[in-house]
Order: sequence, then C-alpha cells, then structure tokens
Amino acid sequence: MDTEKRAFMIVDSIPVEIEGEKNILEVIRKAGIKLPTFCYHSELSIYGACRMCVVENQWGGIDAACSAQPKDGMEIRTNTERLRRYRKMILELLLANHCRDCTTCGNSTNCKLQELALRFNIEGLRFPNAAEHPDRDDSSPCIARDQNKCILCGDCVRMCNEIQNVGAIDFAYRGFDTKVTTSFEVPIAESPCVGCGQCAAVCPTGAIVVKNDLERVWRAIDDKEAKVTTQIAPAVRVALGEEFGLSGGENAMGKIVAALRRIGFDEVYDTSTGADLTVLEESNELLRRLSKDSAPEMPLFTSCCPAWVNFCEKFHPELLPHVSTCRSPMEMFAAVIKEQGRSSRRKQVHVAIMPCTAKKFEAAREEFKKDGEPYVDYVLTTREVIRMIRESGIVFSELEPEAVDSPFGAMTGSGVIFGVTGGVTEAVLRRLSSDKSRTALMSTKHKGVRGTDGIKIATVAYGDRELKIAVVSGLANASALIERIRNGEHFDFVEVMACPGGCVSGAGQPFAAGAEVRKRGTGLYAVDQMCSYKRSEENPLMMSMYSGILKGRVHELLHVSYGAKEESHA
Amino acid sequence: MKLRNREELIALRERCVRASENEKRKILVCTGNGCIANGALEVVSKLEEAMNELGVSWSIDLMDDAHEVGLKKSGCHGPCELSVLVRIEPEGWLYVKVKPEDCREIVEETLVHGRHIERLAHDDEAKFYKKQNLFVLEHCGHIDANSIEEYFSVGGYRALEKALFEMGPDAIVKEVLESNLRGRGGGGFKTGRKWEQVKRQKAARKFIVCNGDEGDPGAFMDCSIMSSDPHRMLEGMIIAGVACGAEEGYIYVRAEYPLAASRLYKAIEQAEQYGLLGDDILGSGFSFHLRINRGAGAFVCGEGSALTASIEGKRGMPRVKPPRTVEHGLFNLPTVLNNVETFANVPIVIEKGAAYYRSIGTESSPGTKAYSLTGNVRNTGLIEVPMGATLREIIFDIGGGMRGDSTFKAVQIGGPSGGCLTAEHLDLPLDFDSLGKVGAMIGSGGMVVLDEKTCMVEIARFFMNFTQKESCGKCIPCREGTRRMLDILERIVAGKGEEGDIEALLDLADLIGNTALCGLGKTAASPVVSTIKYFRDEYEAHIRDKRCPAGSCKSMKRISIDTALCKGCSKCARVCPVGAIHGEIKEPFAIDASACVKCGACVDACPFGAVKEG
Repeated sequence: MDTEKRAFMIVDSIPVEIEGEKNILEVIRKAGIKLPTFCYHSELSIYGACRMCVVENQWGGIDAACSAQPKDGMEIRTNTERLRRYRKMILELLLANHCRDCTTCGNSTNCKLQELALRFNIEGLRFPNAAEHPDRDDSSPCIARDQNKCILCGDCVRMCNEIQNVGAIDFAYRGFDTKVTTSFEVPIAESPCVGCGQCAAVCPTGAIVVKNDLERVWRAIDDKEAKVTTQIAPAVRVALGEEFGLSGGENAMGKIVAALRRIGFDEVYDTSTGADLTVLEESNELLRRLSKDSAPEMPLFTSCCPAWVNFCEKFHPELLPHVSTCRSPMEMFAAVIKEQGRSSRRKQVHVAIMPCTAKKFEAAREEFKKDGEPYVDYVLTTREVIRMIRESGIVFSELEPEAVDSPFGAMTGSGVIFGVTGGVTEAVLRRLSSDKSRTALMSTKHKGVRGTDGIKIATVAYGDRELKIAVVSGLANASALIERIRNGEHFDFVEVMACPGGCVSGAGQPFAAGAEVRKRGTGLYAVDQMCSYKRSEENPLMMSMYSGILKGRVHELLHVSYGAKEESHA
Repeated sequence: MKLRNREELIALRERCVRASENEKRKILVCTGNGCIANGALEVVSKLEEAMNELGVSWSIDLMDDAHEVGLKKSGCHGPCELSVLVRIEPEGWLYVKVKPEDCREIVEETLVHGRHIERLAHDDEAKFYKKQNLFVLEHCGHIDANSIEEYFSVGGYRALEKALFEMGPDAIVKEVLESNLRGRGGGGFKTGRKWEQVKRQKAARKFIVCNGDEGDPGAFMDCSIMSSDPHRMLEGMIIAGVACGAEEGYIYVRAEYPLAASRLYKAIEQAEQYGLLGDDILGSGFSFHLRINRGAGAFVCGEGSALTASIEGKRGMPRVKPPRTVEHGLFNLPTVLNNVETFANVPIVIEKGAAYYRSIGTESSPGTKAYSLTGNVRNTGLIEVPMGATLREIIFDIGGGMRGDSTFKAVQIGGPSGGCLTAEHLDLPLDFDSLGKVGAMIGSGGMVVLDEKTCMVEIARFFMNFTQKESCGKCIPCREGTRRMLDILERIVAGKGEEGDIEALLDLADLIGNTALCGLGKTAASPVVSTIKYFRDEYEAHIRDKRCPAGSCKSMKRISIDTALCKGCSKCARVCPVGAIHGEIKEPFAIDASACVKCGACVDACPFGAVKEG
C-alpha cells in the first residue's frame, strides 16, 4: 500500500486512519469511542437532528460527527467539558418533554434515552415536565404508538420512507408541536402501514412498540379446557438466545421447545414443517405457470411475507394475480394442526411464535378463518416469548434441549432456511432441480440467492429454459424491482421479504445491528447443514399429510386468494 | 413580438425611451402593499375619472402614441407610512396621504395648471431621500411595476445584453467575483464564489434559485423589489444562468406576498413574449426557463436546504451539509441560491463594472443595503443606504429622528436572527463584518427602532415566540431549547422570574448557538443574548424587583391614584371598563388592584394627572 496516500485524523490525540468512512462518527467509533447518537443508523440517510454526536474541532468549533466529513490532518476532541455539558443539556431537554414512567414502559431497558440519561449522569431536571397525557394509537394489530415517548429522531420516518417505501408516517406541524404522524392524522391502521414493524425496530424509545398479546396467551394457557398448540418460526431459534447470553446465530430451538413446554404449551411444533408444504405447493404453482407459458402471469411472486402481501394490496393491487396463492407456512401449518386436532373434543388454541409483527395482522385476516375462528389465534413475537420465559422464572441457559412433538416432528433444511432472504428461493430451486445429487444440492447455494444484498438476480437452468429469478428484501427494493418489471424486464420467480435481510431481522426479534443479524442468517444455514433431509419433498411427513389430512383439501387448507383491497387512505 | 437578436432589443429599447420622453408629465401612484391597503387603487380610478372629465390626454400604456400624461401604477416609493403616495414627474413632487377626494384637485391644479399642491407635500421628503443612495431601489416608484416597456425605457435588460454578447460566462463570473458582491440574504457569502462553484460543476442540468421567502417580522425589502421592479431581479437571474450554464430557474415567493407573485408572473410572461426568457434568448443560443414556486407560510423555508426541499414537494426542513447546495442543491443538482436583493444587484455590477460597484459601500462590503425602517422613528419605510452608513444617519437623518419626544434606546436589527444595537453603536458603520463583531447581524435588513418605553425583555420574548413557533422541529436544541427559553422569558415578563433564569437563558443560548442544525437555529437565541448583554439590568429588575423599567410589561404595571392630586371628578371611574375605580365625588378615588386590567384608560382620562402608571 502506498503509505503516502494514507490519511489520518486525530481523535482525542490518537491518530486514526481514515479508510473511506463517510463521516467522522464512523472513524470515531472505529477508534473505540462510543459516541452517543439517537438518529444515526448506518443503513438510513444521515439526518443530523439529535446533535448528541457533537465533537469539538481544533479551532474550538462544534460539529456534528455524523455529518462532518473526515479529512486528513483533522483534529477533534470527543469528550471536553463543553461537549459533556451540551450532551447533558440535550438529554435534559428531551427528558423534560418525555413521559418518564419508565417502570411501566414496554421498552424499559431497551431505551436509548434511558441508557444515555444514566450514562451521562442526569440526576435532576431544571425544566418542568411539559409532556402531555399519553397519546396512544392502538389501532394496528402489529404496532402501538405513543407520541408522548417520541423524541422525534426521525428514525421511523426514514425507515418507513427510505427502506420500506411505504410512507405511512412523516413529520407534521412545527416547532414544539412537531410530531410524527400519518397523513391527516388517521389512526395508523387506516394508513398505508403494512405492519412490517421496522419503525418499532429502529425506535430508540418506547414511542413505537410491537403490540403485546401476552396476557391473552397466558389466559389460554391457564384455561384448563383448552389445548394450546404452538409453532416456532425458523428465524426465532437463531435470535431468541441472544437475550439469554447465547452468541448471535446460535440455534436455541431445543431450549425454546423445552421452555415452551414448561410454560404450559400442550404441543410444540416447528414452522419449518409448514414451510416444506409451502415449498411443494409453490413449486407446483411455478411449474403450472411455466407450463401454461402465459407470459402475463409471470413472474410468480412469493406470498410468505404478510407485510409484502399487504404492500402489494395497498400499493400494487394490479400485481395480486402474480402473487402465489400459497398461504404462508404459518397459515398452512396452522390449518393442518387445527384440522388434525378437530377429532379431539378439547377446545383448540393455536399460538404462532414469529419474528414478525405483520403476522399478527395476517392471523386476523378473514381469509384465514374457518366459521369465524382464526386458524392462528395469537401471534407472539420472539421478544414477547423472551418476556414469557423471564416471567416464568425459567433459567434459559440451564434448560436441556427437547424435540418438537409428533405427529408433525419432521422438517427439512429447505424449511428452516425460509427465515433468511433467499431461503424460499433456494428451497424451491432444490425442489425443481432434476439432479438430486449432493453436488447439485451444494451448488444451489452458489446460484447467487444467498447473501444480504437487497436485490439479488440469478439465472437458473430448468429443463431447456433459463429461469430468471429475483430475490428481494426491503420494500423499497421491491418497489425498485417492480419498476424494472414494468419497464419490460422479464422474471419468472420473485421472492420478496419486507424486512431487510429476511425474517431474521423481523421487527419482533431482539434489537440488533447489521452484523448481528447476518450471524442469524449464517446460523440458519448451519441448521440446514445439520438436517438429515435437505429437500422438502424428502420430508417423510409430506406423504402422510397429502394422503391423510390434506387429501382432497389441498386447495381449501393450503391456498388463498388475495383480492384487491381499496386503499383505506384514498 | 419575440426579439430575434440584439439589434431588435436595442431598437425596442430606443422606442421605449422615446415614448417615455414624449410623455409631458407622469403621475405615479404607488401600488405597493401599503398603499393598496390604504386605497391606492381607488385613487387611480379617481384620477382616471378626473382626467377624463377635465379632458386630459392620458394613457396607462407607455407605447400608446397619442397621450400627454402617463399614469403609472408604480411600486413602492419608500415612506409607506404616508400612503397613498403620488409622485409627479418631471417636477419630482411627492404628494402624501392622498385620498380619493384629492384626485380632482391633483388633476386640475397639477396636471392641467402645473401647480404644486402644498397641503399634500411631505415635510421631511428631502431629508428622507437625501441621505439615501438608491441603486437597487432606483426604479422603485419611478416606473410602472407592471410594464416591461417601462423597464426598457430606463435601460432595462442592457446588462443581460452585455452579459450575453460582450462577456460570456467566464467574464461574468470574474466581474461578480471582483465586485465582491455579498449575499444580501443575511449570510454575506460572496456571490461570485457561489457562481464560480456552480459553473465548475459538470452536471447537464443546473438551477438558479431566487429566495423570496422573506420571513423576518418587519422586513419587506424583497417584497418591495419583487413587486416594484420585478424585471430587474429577473435580469439578474438570467445573467446568473448565463454565467453558470444553468437553463432553469425557480423563484420561491412566500405565501404572504400575493402581490409580488402576481407581478412576477406577469413579468415572466412579458419577458417570455419578448423572448428574453425561453429558448434561444435574443438568438444567442442560450435558453433560460423560469418558474415561480409559492411557499406555504413557513419561516424556515428561507433557509436554503429547506427551501429547495419545499420546491421538491417535501417538508421544508433544513438538511445537514455537506453536500452543499452548489453541488447537490435543488433536485440534487448544482444550484445557485441567492436572495432577491442579491439578484437585483447583479445588473448594476454587470452594466457598470466591478470597479464602479466597489466604489460604493465599504471595502469588505461593497454596494448598498436596503432596510425596512420601522418602529419609533418619524419617517418609516423602505430605504437604501451604502454599506457603512451609520445608525445615526439612518435614524436621525433619513428617519428624521425619534417620534414625538421619545428618546432612542436601541435598534433591533436582523429580525429573529439578529440582535440589538444601542446608543453606543450609533456611529458604527453598518456592514456585514462590523455587525457580527457586536453580536448582531444585517440579516435580511429589518430594522426596528425602539424608544425608552420599549421593554427589552419583551422584545426578546417576542422574537423567541416567533422562532419557537417557526422552528421546523428537526433538531433537539432548536425545537426543545427555544421552547424552554420562551417559557423562561414568559415567566420573567409575567413577573414570575426567578434567580438563575438569566444563567439558564445563557446556557440554553450557548447550546442552541453551538449545536443547532441550521443557520436559523444557530442564531435563534441571538436576540436574547444581545438584550442580556446590553440590558441585563432590565432583566434583573424584572426578576428581582418585579418591575419593568420601561413600564411596558402589563403584569408589573401598577396604576394608582395620587390622593393629593385627585379632585374626585369621577372621570376615571366612568371610563374604567371593568369598574375597578370607586370613590365619593369630590373625595379622592381609589383603584381596586385585584380588578384592574391595567388598560390605562383612567390615566388618559384624568384631567389633573392624578392617575399614575409605574
């Protein structure tokens, strides 16, 4: 390397090399200094509103580190008397206008404001509390908002607009009256919100939280008349353990099963089994469409992600005929479990444990009810289950792993990789491949469908034709791909996951930054490696299901027709 | 109609000059905002009526062949307080406070007989204009604001002609750089530097944007320029386009300026008809298209990045810099953003040259500055003085001194971003740099003159209230900090100030000034800091003694009756709107302090000076 061209800046008297960082905040953090921020997220645009990351330059001027460019020879200080005073005062100002009922806040101990107030030793406020009464919006089944806890960092707004291209929320009003709200301040459920919950995932306080269904699930468990069954989504197993000291991406499935049994669930299953059903159905659908050779129905979009289905209904209703008629793995599996259980006279309650907030909405959809009863009664997110485990006093680390219940105890590697972007596609490719050799199997992972890129394009040979496949995560990327299709680009199969990176970064998961989330994906591929069966069709349960409970009822239990909805905000 | 080349423009201009010379007399009625509010349009129609009745040959159209008197709806003449203003040329007589019923007399006496009407003249007129140096405002009040031909008749678009055919981009930028023209919007950034940077950008599309979002309370310079001499600003913008290779422009006009917007729309239409805007201007191959974007009433949209966001259809909120507007401005493309007055200066620089321009004003701040002079001076209105003029000249010469027998206390300059200047600064030459040194700024040029009856804490509260309401709400120091400062100031003027309030104000001001995101935020606390600096004793009197030294804060006002002077006439009790005064006739009366609303009606009513405020 040409040493002449290396650039350094001086951070608190220590030279730190500048290696292409876009702002000095990144350089400072690289130097091992945890500069506080509320509004800085490397994946979102730079907003520069919280001013917590201020630094002092060599001339005594104050710059916000997030928006200052690193330059060779630049000297900055990050911890002077002035800076501490400014940071404390910013915190004081925020706290003076904030609900301070921390003990009963759903986000307590996960709150950046709480953390920084402690870190900066805020012991009293000189300003009277101007926070008004709680201003809650509980209209959505996925998220709950409380304006009174909002610090207006804009993270949710940028997430909703930049990454998800939904634009359900933005700023309104001026000055002290500024707030984040929907157009015309309609309840969030009536807005274009698709329920992905990514706003809650980036909210540094408790202003946007995931809807909590714990009490209702506890009631079901306590109901002696009810048989409570549950299914655990793939992505949950590689994230839940993070909160109990396991390293990121470590598979905690066995311990989770054990914990759920102790909590009182009667039967515990793995959604991966449902995913195997989805692979078979979706592959068939793709083949059917390919054989019809009716171009207007191509591409086939996946339908596993409820936020994506919502997005499609609200923003691209014209694409609904392209969306697979397959129910999501959760809904397929729930239908099978409940139909199977109808022979017993006990009341059935089915709880799905998901990394996802939009699943709460999906579970309540009319399409997934039979005689007014939903197949999935409640959806709990990973974080809700963590609370349940804690509430039960279970020492998670000491649990002995247990296996899921029969009769649905078998799953495949194809089913488990559904939890990461590209997984559904890879599972379908495994199914479609006529070459069932181990080499062919191993080579699918090199087809370009793995990895965390927002848009991945792959071309795969199928018979005498080439299939063009796109794997997309993040709804803004979905919009970009739809634009490409509109402009005439041909695709045969498109997988869309609303959350960047897929379900592993679902809004119901423990809070984590990009690197942690990538470990979760790697963890799922590791689970796949350890599975005896790699292809969904190898799942021994499939044969018995199709010849048993599903006989003559495949369409009724595994498929759905999403009709175009009128936009509620129109 | 469309001028195909330079020669056709020159020929047209000559025809306009001749037409103007052929008018024996011009009668210019000010149709600026103030005068229209006071009935200027009625004055115009009455004048028309009277001229018709008395057989005067007149026309509103300069190019109309057969007329002797040109009736002009001009822009602002300056002394707005004396509206409706009517100017008679070539005599240069100014009639003030003209009413519709004066019109017949004006036509008969002045237009028919050529006689001056003394009673309509303005005492201080000579003084008001004498010390001024009208460059940017030179045509304001002297030509019809709705007519491009009138602009031609005073040499309009000669600078553009020169820029297009004699100079070219390099020479224009060089001239503007050498002139040291600095942005009149408040920052004082060198205009030439901005243009040079945009010129250097390789983008296929670039923009010239004019900031006409003059939102400071009490400022109306830009409004007057836009509605009095719109073509001058247009000319400046087109020249900027030539210089920077930009073919598109936007004028951002604040929502509260419908008159300015309508005159600009008209001016653009006229310029397009003559081919001075549009494709292939005067056959030069250069094209320039101009659009108007009207604001929606947000002060913060005067900040550059908020303004461009607003044009783009986004919420008007400042963004972090870099990237800078010259590189990634409007629609993320290179953009020159200057304010109205800056663009209006450009034709002078181009036509008369940098050396001439630098001969006006001071070395570091050449040229002139327009101010809106308001408050407690005799003559208020729109003025223009060379940079470096002193407050004394502005207030006591042009402004005619303090109103009535009041005494000068301070000037609030630069609006909500500025500060106050006191008697010690009366001889300070006003320019960009000198003001910064004393904690004030020219800002956009609002100048409010205050007398001894004005409470400086209340002034600070007024501006803080404005800033807080108009904060975009983005960064924490400005959104939350200004609110806390306002809370404290409101308490102080309500007589509930506490020890430590001044220190808390200064702490918050320090935070906001150093950490706010945008320029408007960073200067939001300036009025407070500067009033504390120069009038700390007033703050202390409010906080410690619960007393307003200026006697203006209502909460601290005490109205009492001096029993020694009271004759018991009951006049005070009769005017009291809340029945707070009681007494027996011919015995001293008394005020019930708990019922008194401190309106002061009793003070005015007492014939013996027995009712006292304090």
